[in-house]
Amino acid sequence: MDQHVTLPVDDEGRVRRRPLVAELMAHRGEALVITGLGSATYDVAAAGDHDNNFYFWGGMGLTAMTGLGLAIAQPQRRAVVITGDGDMMMGIGSLATIASAAPDNLAILVLDNERFGETGEQMGLSAGVTDMVQMAKGAGFQKAATFATEAEMRELPDLLFSTPGPVFCVAKVAPGNDARVLPSTDGAYLTRRFRDAL
Amino acid sequence: MSWSEDVFSVLDNHQVSTIATVPDAGLSHVLSLCEEAPSKKVVTLTTEEEGVGMMLGLWLGKQRGALFMQSSGVGNCINALSVMASTRCPCAMLITMRGQWGEFNPWQVPMGHATQPVMEAMGVYCYSVEQADQIAETFDAACGLAFNGGYAAAVLIHQRALGTKVF
Repeated sequence: MDQHVTLPVDDEGRVRRRPLVAELMAHRGEALVITGLGSATYDVAAAGDHDNNFYFWGGMGLTAMTGLGLAIAQPQRRAVVITGDGDMMMGIGSLATIASAAPDNLAILVLDNERFGETGEQMGLSAGVTDMVQMAKGAGFQKAATFATEAEMRELPDLLFSTPGPVFCVAKVAPGNDARVLPSTDGAYLTRRFRDAL
Repeated sequence: MSWSEDVFSVLDNHQVSTIATVPDAGLSHVLSLCEEAPSKKVVTLTTEEEGVGMMLGLWLGKQRGALFMQSSGVGNCINALSVMASTRCPCAMLITMRGQWGEFNPWQVPMGHATQPVMEAMGVYCYSVEQADQIAETFDAACGLAFNGGYAAAVLIHQRALGTKVF
């Protein structure tokens, strides 16, 4: 992230997710991007639609595993998963599967607002005693870290798009829903478009 | 040739390069063949629905995968299969049945009884096979339906073909 960029924060100093994702996506290069259902899909779509974005609209818990399949199928390309804490927690066991498969071209970013944003901001498990980064380390990830401040988040572009993987990053972000930016919900179209753009 | 070797040949013929699995005794030989083959990668899953998500990732990346599991694992895959229906992603599955003919463990019976209806409710085309010499040709047809048609298709290997687990 460029030094001159200042990310907006809320009144408790928490970085806002929408501008964070926009800043990260500016560094995507040739990366292939899979997004988890809900706000992660809207955040990435808001940063600009792209033929090599695949947006989940359902299948909660599966996003990271789709990233693993993509990373295995395209070993010369960077595969990046951007998802929320609820989706990652639902598929938390997949961290063991991914760490064991150990793809060097896969990175996962969890936008952790500690809430179920789609359903009324109910508190999520990552708001409490549960630490996804510790779970990732226990699953076998060598590179796993939490990013809570803008200064810490300056490392994210390199970690997501170039550091040898598998990489697991949790960015603690402000709660609150941004305007919904809705990409196509046609899964067959999104799938064909993604494949045709490879 | 055993049916496992024939199924391995079917995987080759359909250019399936990655097999995702939570293993079962009946699948152990074909999984060993895949692990030994330089052209194939076997990914062991924490739970079966992960494999459905993985089939989508492989397909997005222009590779072909197959999912091998025991019938108990089908129950774990229900919502994940909605993604196959929504994306028209090919999903070729080979499933060894529990809870059927002569099952010793009564706890396996409810899911074994529900396996095919549950899959069909989620849009999966199911082919049950009771004779070992029909497993590979049926799996070949299921792979054809999956990869040529963009469907989820499963071969359910009946316990009559595998022999029952006895303790």
